[in-house]
Amino acid sequence: MGLAVALAPLLTGLVRAVKARLMRRRGPSVLQPYRDLLRLIRKEAVIAEDASWLFRAAPYMIFAATWVAVALVPTFATGLPFSWSADLIAIVALLGGARFFQALAGMDVGTSFGGIGSSREVMIASMAEPALLMVAFTLSLLAHSTQLSIISESLHYSNVGLRISVAMVLIALILVALAENARIPVDNPATHLELTMVHEAMVLEYSGRHLAMMEFGAALKLLLYMSIVGAVFMPLGMAQAHDSLVRQAVGLGAYLVKMAAGGVLLGAFEVSIAKMRVFRAPEFLGSAFMLGFLATLLLFVSKGGLR
Amino acid sequence: MRDLVYPLCALLAGLLGLVGLLALLRGDAATLVLPLGLPWVGSHFRLDPLSAVFLAIVGFGGFAASLFAVGYGRHEPAPGRVAPFFPAFLAGMALVVLADDAFTFLFAWEFMSLTSWALVMAHHREPGTTFAGFVYFVMAAFGTLALLLAFGLMAGPQGHYAFEAMRSGPHRLAGVVMILALLGAGSKAGLVPLHVWLPLAHPAAPSHVSALMSGVMTKVAIYGFIRIAFDLVGPPHWWWSVVVLVVASITAVLGLLYAVLQEDLKRLLAYSTVENVGIVFLGLSLALAFKANGMAAAAALAMTAALLHAVNHAVFKSLLFFGAGSVLAATGQRSLDRLGGLIRLMPATSALFLVGAASISALPPLNGFVSEWLTFQAVLVSPQLPQWALKFLTPAAGAMLALAAALAAACFVRAYGIAFLGRPRSPEATAAHEADGFQIGAMALLAAACVGIGVLPGPVIDALAPAVRHAVGGAGLAAQGGRAWMTLAPISDNRSSYSGALVLLFVAASAVISAALVRAVASRAVRRAPAWDCGFPNRRPATQYSASGFAQPLRRVFGSVVFRAREAVEMPPPGDPGPARFAVSLVDPVWDGLYAPVARAVDRAAERLNRLQFLTIRQYLTLVFAALVLLLSLLTVLR
Repeated sequence: MGLAVALAPLLTGLVRAVKARLMRRRGPSVLQPYRDLLRLIRKEAVIAEDASWLFRAAPYMIFAATWVAVALVPTFATGLPFSWSADLIAIVALLGGARFFQALAGMDVGTSFGGIGSSREVMIASMAEPALLMVAFTLSLLAHSTQLSIISESLHYSNVGLRISVAMVLIALILVALAENARIPVDNPATHLELTMVHEAMVLEYSGRHLAMMEFGAALKLLLYMSIVGAVFMPLGMAQAHDSLVRQAVGLGAYLVKMAAGGVLLGAFEVSIAKMRVFRAPEFLGSAFMLGFLATLLLFVSKGGLR
Repeated sequence: MRDLVYPLCALLAGLLGLVGLLALLRGDAATLVLPLGLPWVGSHFRLDPLSAVFLAIVGFGGFAASLFAVGYGRHEPAPGRVAPFFPAFLAGMALVVLADDAFTFLFAWEFMSLTSWALVMAHHREPGTTFAGFVYFVMAAFGTLALLLAFGLMAGPQGHYAFEAMRSGPHRLAGVVMILALLGAGSKAGLVPLHVWLPLAHPAAPSHVSALMSGVMTKVAIYGFIRIAFDLVGPPHWWWSVVVLVVASITAVLGLLYAVLQEDLKRLLAYSTVENVGIVFLGLSLALAFKANGMAAAAALAMTAALLHAVNHAVFKSLLFFGAGSVLAATGQRSLDRLGGLIRLMPATSALFLVGAASISALPPLNGFVSEWLTFQAVLVSPQLPQWALKFLTPAAGAMLALAAALAAACFVRAYGIAFLGRPRSPEATAAHEADGFQIGAMALLAAACVGIGVLPGPVIDALAPAVRHAVGGAGLAAQGGRAWMTLAPISDNRSSYSGALVLLFVAASAVISAALVRAVASRAVRRAPAWDCGFPNRRPATQYSASGFAQPLRRVFGSVVFRAREAVEMPPPGDPGPARFAVSLVDPVWDGLYAPVARAVDRAAERLNRLQFLTIRQYLTLVFAALVLLLSLLTVLR
């Protein structure tokens, strides 16, 4: 839990630094998001006159839901305490809950930009969440369990091998992760043009410590998705809960390497592709949904699937 | 006198609910035969575990609605049209659940339909109510006809109407009986394409009656289907689950697609009921498939998911309708485009409506998530089914369920955001006042139930276990209550586990820790200022998003395919100061595809047959003679 909170701004900083370098700029330092958060926290929060209690409470609720979801994902070791209390479906639903309150917060002040952000966000979510659930189904069918620790261990140790379903699900998960984290090509996290915003439009009215919590929550979400991809598809070096300290330190090192690699790849990908028109996003996510559905269907009809 | 009706109903309904709950916890059955009704049959009543679950739903739902109505009934413009039929409606629903022979069942079913029809027609001078009542009347008659045929087939030529006799009978034509039961009970529950009366009738009724119709009467219809398909008609065949699965998946997704485009808050809630009924029937179809293949544990899981979702839906749909009723009583408006900003004017109602909206969107740790999680677990066990049709259809049904879950959240973000957040869009919304104590009390009770069932699902699932065992046989699920941290592990600990209590604890702890840290480190200063709005703030309410504007992306993505949604903009020529016009056209595929052609065919047939009214006496005598000859020859042929 504490590891995720400490690392999340660093990952965001790394992605921004990679993008800057690839665009031949010097760019901000990798530690800049920490400085941004500190700066925002010390500022006064300016709240609109029409805002209600939901506006003030939402950043904390979103942060809490995302933090709990991240805590349930195996990072450097599987089987961490209480990892059995919520499975992959519950993690998807927790993220859905965070998104529910974020969309409501966008509508609370009653501006048209908040409405744009919220309505586009629920449209994207209405296709991204089913795709993510299809990914969860496929992984659960492969591992005979819906718990993320057991899925990670199963895909690591029990020689699942190169199956088509695994490849399709990896692509689907990456597409969904790009959409859910408001990355190019679905949404531009660095845009200043309000009509191109989705996530930024929902947090347009926030300032001060509330904005700091929202940005922190977004950074945590990016770390969560990268951790899921790393834990499930690249589980090399992951320790288990009862392993020795050395083993766990190796797991931690492997995790840091995986996150750094993920950040570099994401930065390079975002630089090399343009943002899509808003109404192309459903086609983008629809293909993720179909990939996930086909992966599930393949597992259903192939030799009995599940024990 | 009139003021005593609702408190008395609350008392009696509460007692009924307690009776149902106690019978469920005891787990055995009680019967009663009264010498009423048909002379050679009498009236059989039976309270077995399956009836007890639904009796508890009727009782507690009726208690909540009566409590709400003590406060809400004061705003009723025509109390004389509502108060006599309300207790009759509750009694009818209770009798359907308790009936143990076909005659009593159908009598109580029709009584329930007629009393609810009278309640729908209570505000008969409002536009659209008489049409809603007419459609409801026709669909209820169709449903009863289907059930009559189903019971007739099961009773056989000897006329064994008691359920006991049907259970042990020869089970001829079981598939036809199941289809008829699906048509009959499904039309009352709201399965597509028989759902058309639901979004017309449920909003037209007064709000406490809408809550009963959506939350409780649909569950009584589901009880009818479970009683026939799982109990009376004998061992199921696997193809039955295919039919129910296809209908249920289409219902779930289509119901939500309709709901997302609605601007009337109560119609939106009615279409959302259609979606949730689809989810319950999805669980029931999986239970049928597992039962037909002899997989008892999986059947118990699917049946538990369906029953728990039925209970959950009764709770949060009633809560949502009570909220809509309070809004209607405070502002007189049902249209989302005339509401807004109610979170400041009606703080308790909006907080409780938020709990209901979060529950129906299946957010942990509330109760909607638990039943949806169980349904997903049932889908994940279904690769073991041997039939190929099921192997192809169950992942498709899982995909539709996932789509329904995401769209439900979208629908309720829109409903809550437009109705309660932002600024008031009409003078009536600006003048809203908080609901009174009874209304808030009823809503608070249901919201507490939402949280309670979400955090403590184990005891509820254990309470449902006798009903599940009665319906699908076998040993049922392992005991879920009393595990560490109130975890649910329906199949095995390694396979899947969820602890609502722990999730709630973690989320609350994280929120408190982060808030405390921020307060310790950060500046606490807050300044109120006009909204930023990119530097051009405009406080007029028309600059906010409207309901149809919020739905536009979804209308464009889904509606253009399903509803042939087209937008047309007419701009005036340059220099003309007249307004531009924006029109959205939608086509209802079920109405235009099924009901309009049927209505036209009935019209044409009636016109042709009308010529029979104007024949001469000779032609009439010829007709009578021909009919006599035909019937006599039929008799000789069949002998």
